[in-house]
Amino acid sequence: MEAAGVTPPLLELVGVSRRFGGLSVIDDLDLRVEPGEIVGIIGPNGAGKTTLFNVIGGVLPPSGGKLLFAGNDITHITVWNRCRMGIGRTYQIPKPFSKMSVFENVLAAAVHGGGLSVKSAGEQAEEVLRQTGLLGRATLNAERLSLLDLKRLELAKALAQKPRLLLLDEIAGGLTGGECDVLLDIVRNVHAHDTTVIWIEHVIQALRKIATRMAVLYGGNLIADGAPDMVLANDRVRSVYLGEVT
Amino acid sequence: MRSSSLQTNIVRSLRILLLLGIVALTFGPLYLDLGHLRFFTEVFSLLVLAMMWNLVAGYADIVTVGQHAFVGIGGYAFYAFAAKADLNVTEAMIAAGLLSLLIGIPITAVVFRMRAAYLAIGTWVVAEVCTLLASKIPGFGGASGITLPSTVIRAVGANVEARFSHLYWMALALAVVCFIATALLLRSRLGVGLMAMRDNEEAAGSVGVNIVVCRIVCFLWTALFLGLAGALLTLQNLRIQPQASFSLIDYTVYVIFAVVIGGIGSIEGSIIGVAVYIGLRSAFSDYGNLYLIFLGAVSIAIMLAEPRGIWGLVRRYLPEDVIPVSHRYRPKTEATPAE
Repeated sequence: MEAAGVTPPLLELVGVSRRFGGLSVIDDLDLRVEPGEIVGIIGPNGAGKTTLFNVIGGVLPPSGGKLLFAGNDITHITVWNRCRMGIGRTYQIPKPFSKMSVFENVLAAAVHGGGLSVKSAGEQAEEVLRQTGLLGRATLNAERLSLLDLKRLELAKALAQKPRLLLLDEIAGGLTGGECDVLLDIVRNVHAHDTTVIWIEHVIQALRKIATRMAVLYGGNLIADGAPDMVLANDRVRSVYLGEVT
Repeated sequence: MRSSSLQTNIVRSLRILLLLGIVALTFGPLYLDLGHLRFFTEVFSLLVLAMMWNLVAGYADIVTVGQHAFVGIGGYAFYAFAAKADLNVTEAMIAAGLLSLLIGIPITAVVFRMRAAYLAIGTWVVAEVCTLLASKIPGFGGASGITLPSTVIRAVGANVEARFSHLYWMALALAVVCFIATALLLRSRLGVGLMAMRDNEEAAGSVGVNIVVCRIVCFLWTALFLGLAGALLTLQNLRIQPQASFSLIDYTVYVIFAVVIGGIGSIEGSIIGVAVYIGLRSAFSDYGNLYLIFLGAVSIAIMLAEPRGIWGLVRRYLPEDVIPVSHRYRPKTEATPAE
């Protein structure tokens, strides 16, 4: 389809749909993400944002369409193989390994997703825990973390896999301004190390500072896609998302 | 949140106690009478069954109600290898374990198409089919079973004392090997994934844990050890019989009770569970069926108080596991204090 010699997009969704019974949550969605982008995805509650991540991550099979990762068809690839190919994700509602220590949580991701030996995974886990500010809690069981730390742990687990594509699902909610800046620095740092990012977020101010592109999901499809300022100025976006009557 | 030195000392003491217990049990035949030797032999077998059910159900989320299938297969295979193929007792036991593992492979294919409640029923059905098949194999005594030939029985020991001592040691060896091997499995790469699966399967998949491979390894792992235990139980009972060798109640139901009471998802829980179960059984053996009601009530009470059983309750107050299967964080560089 593409001209020869052109690098394929890192992620490409072609006509992807996802229905739950009669309810169509994602409807014939096309999306291309080029290597090096930071794509912010916004949209009102129920727009299908988390479902979109579940389809990209492989937790939910699409009802129709196909997904390509670096040019390879991943539509029928399992969750763990997508992870090993380089798709890392965080969960909006944290899913910690609650009876394991914070360190072991990240270790599991580095061993399995990162494909490292237990020994070098330990070093990687330590590095990621320092980066995300969780090192002081390394020996605690994950069930004893606060919600804020659980969100950091989600990020740490995803980073420990050294993903090529990082899917962030609302990790900035509830952060103070200072904490949010720290988070942005982490994402910038990861991005500088050849990681492409797709970030779902309600905290638009945070996204605006970092996104190279923004897309708006509404009713299961993208109603706007482009430069952040342009998208946020779009009338339709303002009316459906920001609730302004035009 | 720093654990006090008292708690650390308790963990250390429990570890020493565990080691001393194993050492003391090694010399059991020197100071135990025949009745107690037989009793402990049964306890060791039960321990293997409990650790295996805990591994598949507690870690890999394969809630099987059919693990007696492999115990029975091990028993029948042992009879075949020892009585018909004339292998010596040790060889026949190992061959029985391996055959059980081999038969586990096609069972994997059938069982893993199902999940949750369907899987529980599916494993049960597979076990019932195995029981029926066992009664149909010609030369294995049909439905009434068959006694081990006296040559096999004498090979274990010339007299009752020697036989009971040898069986005791074999059962202890099996329990210790099963315990160490399973602890090492949990410490391995795969084990890290298993513990993640135990805590959250979807998230485990999302960090790259191959759920299918983990499940298959666990299931076949238990097939091997359950087959070995089945061979040992056959040697202790001196006979095979479909309903007894494939006993749903003895080899699955009581085992589930023991693991649930002691604590699912940890090796410590299985050990505690077997001890508590045996204790309750001894204490209430005179009350007949009343004892079953009591057993049920105890397990429900414990499940309500702490889903991870007695060990789950105790573990809340201890800084780490007694059996160190987890990977501790050891700082490579100066750790920054918690901010």
